[in-house]
Amino acid sequence: MNRILFLLPVGAFIALVAFFAIGLTKDPKVLPSQLIDRPLPQFALPGIADQPGGGPGFASAAFTGEPRLLNIFASWCAACPQEHPVLTRISGEGFPVYGIAWKDKPQDSRDWIARFGNPYRQIAADETGRTAIDLGVTGVPETFIVDKRGRVRFKQIGPISPEVWEKTIRPLMQQLRAEA
Amino acid sequence: MKRALLALMLLTAPALAVQPDEMLKDPALEARARAISAELRCVVCQNQSIDDSDAPLARDLRIVVREQLTLGKSDQDTMAYIVQRYGNFVLLKPPVEPATWALWAGPFLVLGGGGLALLGWSRRRKPADVAPLTAAEAAELDRLG
Repeated sequence: MNRILFLLPVGAFIALVAFFAIGLTKDPKVLPSQLIDRPLPQFALPGIADQPGGGPGFASAAFTGEPRLLNIFASWCAACPQEHPVLTRISGEGFPVYGIAWKDKPQDSRDWIARFGNPYRQIAADETGRTAIDLGVTGVPETFIVDKRGRVRFKQIGPISPEVWEKTIRPLMQQLRAEA
Repeated sequence: MKRALLALMLLTAPALAVQPDEMLKDPALEARARAISAELRCVVCQNQSIDDSDAPLARDLRIVVREQLTLGKSDQDTMAYIVQRYGNFVLLKPPVEPATWALWAGPFLVLGGGGLALLGWSRRRKPADVAPLTAAEAAELDRLG
C-alpha cells in the first residue's frame, strides 16, 4: 500500500510530462476553421486591376459546379513566394485556383503577379480585409478547398508544400470531383 | 529639475493600442467596445486581447466590434459575431460547455481528491491506543507526584 502511495506522485509527474510533451507538438497558430462543411461566406470583390481588361474580381456565388482552391495571399507576405511554385503546379495540373489579395494595394498585387507569374484563374482584392474576417483568416497564405456545392471542406493554414499537395489536398480534390 | 522630471514621469500613461480614429463618439458605446475587446483574443499575437494588440488584424477586429455595436447589436451578439468566424478560441475566458467541463471542474476535482487523501492519511496516523499503566508504574507516579 505504502509503495503504491509512493509511486503516485511519480506517476502523476510522468502523466504531466506526457501531457505537456503532446501539447508542445501542436502548433498554436493553427486554429481549426469554423467554416468546415459550411457554405463559403458571401462576398463580392473587385479585381486587382484598376483599368479595363485587367481582369474582373469574383463573388462567392461563383463557387459552384466544380471544386476549387481559394488562396489568400498578399504581396507583403513572406511565405507566399515559397508557396507560389506549388500553386503554379496545381493550376498546371488542371485544378482551378482563385486568389484573394488580402490587405494589399492592387498595384502591389499586380507587381507581385508580374514578378512571380499568375497561377490564378481569377484574382480579387480584399483591401479592407473584411472578407478575410468573414472567412476567419488569421494570416497569409491560407487556402480553402470549396466543393461543387460551394461548401468549405478543408483549410490549409500556411503555405501548401509539395507534400501537403500530394498527400492531402490533391486526393481531396479528386474525391470532391468524384462527388455527386 | 528632478522634481519636474518625476512629475512628467508620473503624468505618462501606458500607450493604448486603440487609435483615436477607431474610437466611437458615444462614450457609453466606446466603453462597451473596450470591454468586449478586452475579452477577445488577438489571433495573430495569441496571448494579447485585441484591445491590447497593435496587430493590423486586431485593429480590423476592433473596428468590426464597434460597427456591430453601432448597428445596435448587444454585447453577446457582437461576441457571437466574432466567435462565428474565429471560434471559441478567441474568447479569453472559455465558455462552460461539454468540451470544457474538464477544464472548469479540474481544479475542484484535484482539490477535492487531495482533501480526501489528506483526510484518510490523517485518520490513519492516529496514535495506537495507549496501554493502561501497570500497578508498579502507577505507584512510581504517585511517589513522584
